[in-house]
Amino acid sequence: MDPAFISPFIESVQNVFSTMLQLPVVVGEPRLKTDPKASYDITGIIGLSGDVSGAVALSFPRTTAERIVAIFCGMEISADHADFPDAVGELVNMISGGAKANFPNRNVSISCPSVIIGEGHRVMNQSETPAAILPFETDCGVMAVEIAVRDNAKKVAA
Amino acid sequence: MKILLVDDSKTMRNIQKSVLSELGYTDIEEACDGQDALSKVGAFGPDLILVDWNMPNMDGLTFVKKYRESNKLTPMIMVTTESEKIRVIEAIKAGVNNYVVKPFTPDVLSQRIAETMQKAAA
Repeated sequence: MDPAFISPFIESVQNVFSTMLQLPVVVGEPRLKTDPKASYDITGIIGLSGDVSGAVALSFPRTTAERIVAIFCGMEISADHADFPDAVGELVNMISGGAKANFPNRNVSISCPSVIIGEGHRVMNQSETPAAILPFETDCGVMAVEIAVRDNAKKVAA
Repeated sequence: MKILLVDDSKTMRNIQKSVLSELGYTDIEEACDGQDALSKVGAFGPDLILVDWNMPNMDGLTFVKKYRESNKLTPMIMVTTESEKIRVIEAIKAGVNNYVVKPFTPDVLSQRIAETMQKAAA
């Protein structure tokens, strides 16, 4: 995957978490995703289309997600509560929106988010689109952003 | 002042309501997408509309265009993750008066509201 699409996500995660949650995040070493299993139990997914297409997933262990959502919403909300997916969806929405704005000369649209809650769920991507995992650490626990995107503009130019 | 909040995320509506409440605005109506907003805006008669861009059923840009067909005056602020310059221009052309990019701090939202209402009153 083109590294030009990795940095915008790191910057966007840091921006969203510092602005909305006042929570510093530390990024780990990005790696290729080789297992379709999601990184953790709770995953917010958003689709990208246009010059860059694919999907972005924000994945947390349940306890991390509940702590982060509590800060974001200003109240504790269990992962089983109806409002919980909305909060996770809005986080992945802001991360994806902020990242795509910094893709180099690419016009990209994002979908409305979906949220999956459950241990061992799998996030399948198109086979020809490699996925990268960006691990993050916060005071609320670990999380990961999984990015599987294809640069359609580059393909057309070639 | 009556404010209509249009956002498909209940979390984001609650965050904005909290900021508005701090500013002393409590007469707030909520809509979960553009269609819902169009169905409520006539009866509610807002003095200010805060509208998201990406929403199901009817997005914020379509709502702004439709609303501006019959109302040129009520100020509207787009509150969205869409931060590219081309999107901001598109929204301004459609009829929004100001623009707030998510994520935002309470200070930024309150500053944009103050600017927008001052311009509308001038």
